Amino acid sequence: MSAFEYAPAPESRSIVKLQPSYGLFINGEFVDGAGSFKTISPASEEVLAEVAEASTADVDRAVKAARRAYEDVWGSMPGRERAKYLFRIARIIAERSRELAVLESLNNGKPIKESRDVDVPLAAAHFFYYAGWADKLPYAVPGWKPADGHSGADPRPLGVAGQVIPWNFPLLMLAWKIAPALAAGNTVVLKPAETTPLTALLFAEICQQAELPPGVVNIVTGAGETGAAVVNHPDVDKVAFTGSTEVGRIIAKAVAGTNKKVTLELGGKAANIVFDDAAIDQAVEGIVNGIFFNQGHVCCAGSRLLVQESVADQLLESLKRRMATLRVGDPLDKNTDVGAINSAEQLSRIKALAEIGSAEGAERWSPACELPERGFWFAPTIFTGVSQAHRIAREEIFGPVLSVLTFRTPGEAVEKANNTPYGLSAGIWSEKGSRILAIADQLRAGVVWANTFNKFDPTSPFGGYKESGYGREGGRHGLEAYLAG
Amino acid sequence: MPAKKKESADSVASATRVTAGATATAPRLAVRKTYKLFIGGAFPRSESGRTYVVADSKGQFVANAAQASRKDARDAVLAARAAFGKWSGATAYNKGQVVYRIAEMLEGRRDEFIALEVPAAEVDEAIDRLVWYAGWTDKLAQVVGGANPVAGPYFNLSSPEPSGVVAVVAPSAPTLLGLVSVIAPAIAAGNTVIVITDAPRVAITLAEVLATSDVPGGVVNILTGSAAEVAPWLASHSDVNGLDLTGLADAKLALELEQAAAETLKRVRRPAAAPDWSADPGLAPMTAYLETKTVWHPKGL
Repeated sequence: MSAFEYAPAPESRSIVKLQPSYGLFINGEFVDGAGSFKTISPASEEVLAEVAEASTADVDRAVKAARRAYEDVWGSMPGRERAKYLFRIARIIAERSRELAVLESLNNGKPIKESRDVDVPLAAAHFFYYAGWADKLPYAVPGWKPADGHSGADPRPLGVAGQVIPWNFPLLMLAWKIAPALAAGNTVVLKPAETTPLTALLFAEICQQAELPPGVVNIVTGAGETGAAVVNHPDVDKVAFTGSTEVGRIIAKAVAGTNKKVTLELGGKAANIVFDDAAIDQAVEGIVNGIFFNQGHVCCAGSRLLVQESVADQLLESLKRRMATLRVGDPLDKNTDVGAINSAEQLSRIKALAEIGSAEGAERWSPACELPERGFWFAPTIFTGVSQAHRIAREEIFGPVLSVLTFRTPGEAVEKANNTPYGLSAGIWSEKGSRILAIADQLRAGVVWANTFNKFDPTSPFGGYKESGYGREGGRHGLEAYLAG
Repeated sequence: MPAKKKESADSVASATRVTAGATATAPRLAVRKTYKLFIGGAFPRSESGRTYVVADSKGQFVANAAQASRKDARDAVLAARAAFGKWSGATAYNKGQVVYRIAEMLEGRRDEFIALEVPAAEVDEAIDRLVWYAGWTDKLAQVVGGANPVAGPYFNLSSPEPSGVVAVVAPSAPTLLGLVSVIAPAIAAGNTVIVITDAPRVAITLAEVLATSDVPGGVVNILTGSAAEVAPWLASHSDVNGLDLTGLADAKLALELEQAAAETLKRVRRPAAAPDWSADPGLAPMTAYLETKTVWHPKGL
C-alpha cells in the first residue's frame, strides 16, 4: 500500500534503569506505602515495576512534610535562591531527557518522537520559564501592592498545593503543576496518574540530584482514593487538577465552602473548523495532528472536524489518503506516528463510543492497519455523516477518533462549534485574515489555533471556558493562580 | 402570606404631602410607584403574581414589591443570555461610554436616592465607582492580557473575555453602593447579570437609571425577593456561567449555592471576609468573571 517500507528503528531501552519497586517520595526520601500496585507498558502489557499505593495516612505524612518545608525553608527563602533550584531542575531534565523520553514512552505508550520532541523539552522549558519568575513575583500580579505598606515585600504564596495529574502527558503535566507552584513559594504534594507513575518517580530522583530541600516536592502514587485524600486534606491550601470534567465536578463540590483555591483543567470537544478557502494540504496536516497526536489522548484534541460543505469531499479524500500513511505500532520506534492506547479501560471506552457512533448511523472508516497482538491498540478512525445529536459529537472520546460534520456559512460554523458544554480549544483554517480574527472572537474557547493546532508553550496561558474548567496554566496567568496576591 | 420586609422610611411615597403654593384645603394625593421586576429592559410583575409588603423602619407600609419566582429567574436567564452576544461584542469604548452614562443618570437622580434614605455620601461613592469602572473597560485587556513570546514562529496573544451570564446575590447593605459594586464590575468586563436583592425600592429605582442609560435590555436584570428562594435555581441553571456570593451573609446558604454551582463548574466568587465597600475594589471583582482566550497563528512569508 505504501510507497516506502520502513525498517524498524527502535530507540534503545538500555538508558532506563528500572527498579523492581518504587516507594512514595516524602520529605526527600523514598518510603514504603500502605499498599502497592503494578505498572505496565500499554504497548506490550509487560509489568515494568511495582509502585507503592499511598493511603490517607501516607498522604497525611506527605502534607505534613510539605507544610514543614513551606514554613521552615521554602516559603521564606529569597526568590532568587528558589529560582536557582528551579533552573537546576530544568537543566537536569534536559541532561536526562533521553532517559525521561524512553521511560515516558514505555509507561504511557506514546511515540518516542513525541515524548522526545514535545513532552520532555516542554517540561524542561516550563521549569526554565517559571524559575525566572521566582524573584519577580510583584510583577506577576497587576495592581499588587503590599497590604501592610512594606515596600519590597513579595505577594504571598498560598502554602501547600495538592496536585492531581492525568496520564496523557505525565511528565509535562507534572511540570505545568510543580514549576509555577514552586516559583511562587508553595510546596507540593503531587499524585501522578495510576497508570503512569514512573516519570514522576524519576523526577523525584531529579529533585534529589538538585538538592531541593526535603518536603518541597512530595510524590504520592495511587489511584482515585489517593487523589481524593490529597484534594480533601484540610491542610492543603490550593488544589490543582487536570483530568475529566466528571471528577472536576466532584472536586469543585468537595472544596465548596473551604478557603482552598482551585484550578481545574478538564475535558474538551474541540471544533476544528476548515473553511473553503483554507490551504487544504496544511489543513489536513493540522487535522491529523489535532486528533491523532498522542493517540487522541489530549483534552484539547480537535475531535470535531467542521468542514465547509463545498470542500468536504476533496478534504476527506486527502485526509483519508494521509491517514493511510500513519504508522501505528511500537512506541519506541522512531518512525511510529500513533502509539498504544494508555490502558485496557481507556481502550474499552473508545471501542464502546465508536460502536455507538456506528449504531447511531454515522459512517466509520479506518485505513488498513495492522495492529500488534499484545497491548492496547486502536486504529485511527473517522466518522462521517455525524450530526450534532450523536454522542460521538458531544462526548469526549479521548482517543484517535474524529467526528466529521459539515457547515455552509461562517455563522453556522460558530454555532456548531460553540454548541457544547466544553470550551477548551478550537481550530480555524482559512487564508483570509479578517475571517480568522472574526471567528476567533466568536469562539467560546480558551485556546484558539488558527492555521495550526496543538501548539504549547510555557509563556502561553492554557485553560478552558465553561465546563472545561477554570484558571489558566502557563504564562503569568499560571503563576498568579499560586499567589495569594 | 409573604413575609413582611423592613425598609427605611420613605418621604417620596408620603400620601399627605402638600404641593408648594397650593391654596386649596384638600391635600394633594401623591402618585405612588409600583415596584416591579426588571427583566430584559422591561418592568414586568412577577409571573407568580406574588408581592411582599415593604415597610419602613417604623413598620409603616410603603410598597408592595414584586416577589420573584423560579420562573422569573429563568426568564431573566433567557434575557441575560440573549443580551450577552451583543454586549460582550460591543467595543470596549462603547461599553465604557454606557457605564459612564449610568453614572450621569445616577447623578441626575441623586436626590431621589437620598429621599429613599440612602446617605448622600453613599450616593456619591456609587456614582464615582461607576465612573471608575467606566474607565476600566478599555484598559483591562492591556493590564491582564498581552503578547506571549513563544519559542517559535507564532503570533500569540492572550485577551480577557467575559465568562457569560453571572448571577449575583446583592448585599443587603449598603443598598445602592452594594448594588453598584456588584453590577458595575461584571458588566464592565462584558458579562450580563441577574441580580437578586432584598432592597426593592433602591434596586428598582436603580433599574430606572439603567433603563435610561443606553444599557441594552437584558444586560442587567433585577429580581426582588428572597435569595434563599430564587438563588438556588440560578446556582444550578446550566446557562449561568458565574455566581457572585459576595453580598450573601448566610454561610449555610452560600455553601449550598456553591455546591450546586459545582455541578456546572460555574465561576464562584465568595471572598473570605465581608468586603469594605468603600475601599478600592481592585481588579478581582472584574477578573472573577473573565476568561483568558489565547490565539495562535503561524508567522511566515
